[in-house]
Amino acid sequence: MMEQLLTDSLNTAPITGMVILSLIVVMINALKKEPLATEYWVSLVGIVINIGLAVWVFPERGTAFSGSVMTGGYASVTAIIFLTAAALTIMLARVYIDKIGANFGEFFHLILFVTTGMMSFAAGLDLLVTFVGLELMSIPLYVLAGITRRNLKATEAALKYFLLGAFSTGFFVYGIGLIYGMTGTTKILDIAQNINAYSSEPLFMVGAGLMLVGFAFKVGAVPFHMWVPDVYEGSPTMVSAFMSTGVKAAAFSALLLVFTATFDFMHSSINTVVAVLSVASMVIGNIVALSQKNFKRMLAYSSIAHAGYMLIGITAGGGVSIAGVLFYLVAYMLTNLGAFGIASFIENSDQTGTDIDDFRGLYQRHPALAVILGVFMFSLIGLPPFAGFFGKYYIFVAAIENGYTWLTIVGVITSMISVYYYLRVVVVMFFQPEGEQVQTARFGREGAFALAVAAAGVLLIGVFPSVVLDWVSALF
Amino acid sequence: MDFTDILISLIKIVVMFGVVLLTVAELVYTERRISAFIQNRLGPNRVGWKGLLQPYADVLKLLLKEDIVPTAANRFIHTLAPVISIAVAFSTLAVVPIAGETIRLFGREVQMVIADVNIGVLYILALTSMGVYGLTLSGWSSNNKYSLLGGLRSSAQMISYELAMGLSVIGVIMVTGSLRLTDVVAHQSGWMWNMILQPVGFVTFVVAAFAETNRAPFDLPEAEPELVGGYHTEYSSFKFALFFLAEYANMITASAVIVTLYLGGWQVPYLELLNLPVGVTIALQILAFMLKVAFMLFVFQWVRWSVPRFRYDQLMNLGWKVMLPIALANVIVTGIVMLLL
Amino acid sequence: MSSELIVFLILAAVGVLSGILMITRPNPVNSALFLILNFMALAGLYITLHAQFVAIIQILVYAGAIMVLVLFVIMLLNLEDEEPLREQMSKRHYGSLLVALLALVLIVQVIGWNSGGTLETMREQSPHALRIGTVEHIGSVLFTEHVYPFELTSILLLAAIVGAIVMAKKRFP
Repeated sequence: MMEQLLTDSLNTAPITGMVILSLIVVMINALKKEPLATEYWVSLVGIVINIGLAVWVFPERGTAFSGSVMTGGYASVTAIIFLTAAALTIMLARVYIDKIGANFGEFFHLILFVTTGMMSFAAGLDLLVTFVGLELMSIPLYVLAGITRRNLKATEAALKYFLLGAFSTGFFVYGIGLIYGMTGTTKILDIAQNINAYSSEPLFMVGAGLMLVGFAFKVGAVPFHMWVPDVYEGSPTMVSAFMSTGVKAAAFSALLLVFTATFDFMHSSINTVVAVLSVASMVIGNIVALSQKNFKRMLAYSSIAHAGYMLIGITAGGGVSIAGVLFYLVAYMLTNLGAFGIASFIENSDQTGTDIDDFRGLYQRHPALAVILGVFMFSLIGLPPFAGFFGKYYIFVAAIENGYTWLTIVGVITSMISVYYYLRVVVVMFFQPEGEQVQTARFGREGAFALAVAAAGVLLIGVFPSVVLDWVSALF
Repeated sequence: MDFTDILISLIKIVVMFGVVLLTVAELVYTERRISAFIQNRLGPNRVGWKGLLQPYADVLKLLLKEDIVPTAANRFIHTLAPVISIAVAFSTLAVVPIAGETIRLFGREVQMVIADVNIGVLYILALTSMGVYGLTLSGWSSNNKYSLLGGLRSSAQMISYELAMGLSVIGVIMVTGSLRLTDVVAHQSGWMWNMILQPVGFVTFVVAAFAETNRAPFDLPEAEPELVGGYHTEYSSFKFALFFLAEYANMITASAVIVTLYLGGWQVPYLELLNLPVGVTIALQILAFMLKVAFMLFVFQWVRWSVPRFRYDQLMNLGWKVMLPIALANVIVTGIVMLLL
Repeated sequence: MSSELIVFLILAAVGVLSGILMITRPNPVNSALFLILNFMALAGLYITLHAQFVAIIQILVYAGAIMVLVLFVIMLLNLEDEEPLREQMSKRHYGSLLVALLALVLIVQVIGWNSGGTLETMREQSPHALRIGTVEHIGSVLFTEHVYPFELTSILLLAAIVGAIVMAKKRFP
């Protein structure tokens, strides 16, 4: 019994490690007075160690804790994605949280808790773990969104996110309840064994549909996207960055694991619903993004659109799609973190100054930042040789292979539309003169390093896509 | 469940009710005599022999007074609040066993407990948590700021100390391995009372019980110097009498629970060696139980007249920063010791 | 009519009635009290299902702790009676009504589909259904089969505590 528990804890080392790390950082913060430095370094080193642990347990494919949670393989890969996102977020936010007056240890605790939740959410093979992971991911984020309590927009964002998030979690739990009522178990693998019998049961399908609502809310797919623009715009920029990359990645990883890899809803009505969500997200996200004046709001609509592209992969199903979506998640994570990071650098201390017009003349002031932001914008459009191109490419290939050519056509057309608003940022940065109020970017060495890592990642993945693709392929 | 069962239960309930009511009456008397003794006074000694009938005179006086409900009060809740208090105080006693043997009544073996439920400990905790409503609602419905403050204080206080109380009980449950109160008592045969096995838990539980019954030094909800009368400022006549009754009934309940959980309940050490007839055994067990309860009641009164009242922030600090960690540590230590033994 | 059914009907009636009264009372304190009554009725229903532990926890946690806090807040805010809102039926309202009716039809359909004895087969499939709500069963399952989500929940609570402190404490700007 005890040995079993010990082996299981070791096999789930990244999650166990994150739990221990969060507790350590909470204790450090409780025991000492002066803020920041220690928590920052301990969190960062801890996350890096956990990435090492995730690589170390990669070969241990299987399940742990009587089939509650997945180990190795897929769990490791997703854990590495979330941990990288967390590490980059912490580094990029080092100076930023000082600027906006949120430099207390709790920022790091909450980020670590969110990361723990993401890993459990994405690796959960028990619907209970999936649900608790989802909550562990969401609740600290509600707080993070409103961590600057004096800021009205941030408070509004936090409240909106909390109310709608709690509502969507309600759908999710209701779905789990119906599925449990139908099958008598919460273990996903046990359910998957009889999935064909259950697929004809309306109660089960209603349950799965309600779970899909919860997932769609977390990934920000139309028509469950209403919170995305306000929350991304109002929250502190680095929190939005973490939300748009980490949370989206976690929700997609869990969706892949539950709906694509185990339940395999390839030919059921669920798939049609996902396809509709995908088309709606791509169209509405991209078209509404055209008229946005605020950079963060524009990225919010762009993230809705990207959720649409990734949902193509979910619709297509199969191993190629899983690899494609994971690849897309890695590319999107690096790109979006970087883009939000640059916005956080030039932001004012009262969390204003993220309008697209505020990027005017950025090239004159900070040429390096402007070039890197340009790279990120091209990657978001999906131009070669940047990472975003291969993300879209693999997903479209998988879709065509599985007979979803029409989805691919919608995807390509909407990508064309997106060129306009991404390029507008580039035009504003490079070719428009500086405005009257010039904002100097503030970022420490950590921020510069993290930004360099993100940009290098986007370029390297774009040039050598097979490195990541090999790594995310054949996980099941 | 047929008619005889219901009849037996009814008899048990009526007997329990009568005994508690009588005890409450005399408890008021002892309270006044003990306080007088501690303060070097005489106390009531005129009505009846040595003043023993004083409480009955008091009750009569209370009942003859006018029942006033403030104009702006919420009449329904104002009436409901004392009823909740008294109902909770009495129904907790339903799961407390007062003797171990069974007696034959109407051709059935009858246990000396009204309801022997398998989650007795949790039942007690649940009812305790309901008790707070009587005080809170009375404070709110009176529409008086002193009452409201008293009601708010009581709810904050009871929620804070419920945690310590529940965690202390976990130690007992771990030692016993059952939530059934008859099992808890049966486990404490001989001198292996839980007070000896769980000394820390015993102390925290007793302190929490003091707080839960709103007795001094934790009687902030009715602190006279600050809040006039606290939650029952606007109560008079029979409703006031109900609150009064509930306070003392709560004391009896708390004492009975402490005795059951920690002081061996009806256990008389080594009584079974004497091979006495069943009737005598039961009588001795009930007597032992009542003596233990009487002792705890005396402790309650002794503390009330010896220890000054806490300040509100001290109360909260004690509850959250001292009692809770101690009770938690007790659970952990108990677990480790049980694992090693 | 068995005694179990009578108890169920009484409790169900109390539960539904208190639920309706809870959402229709203008006074928030009265609403809260009816919600407590509703919890009590639910706890009674759990007991008829032999789930004593769940029933007691329902009273201990929901009726005993959470609702006290709710009352606490209502009293501190000293909320007045709600102003009754009067609205005209607009086109939008007819639209929502239509959607609600559709949802109702859907629910009825789904339940109707399953009246072919799914519950019966479920009861046959799980002979341990009777002891599923006992303390012993819940305890052993929590610490063996579901130990992982159980432990994860404790982390979740810690995270929620940290979050609540960040939201509430004066030290933070």
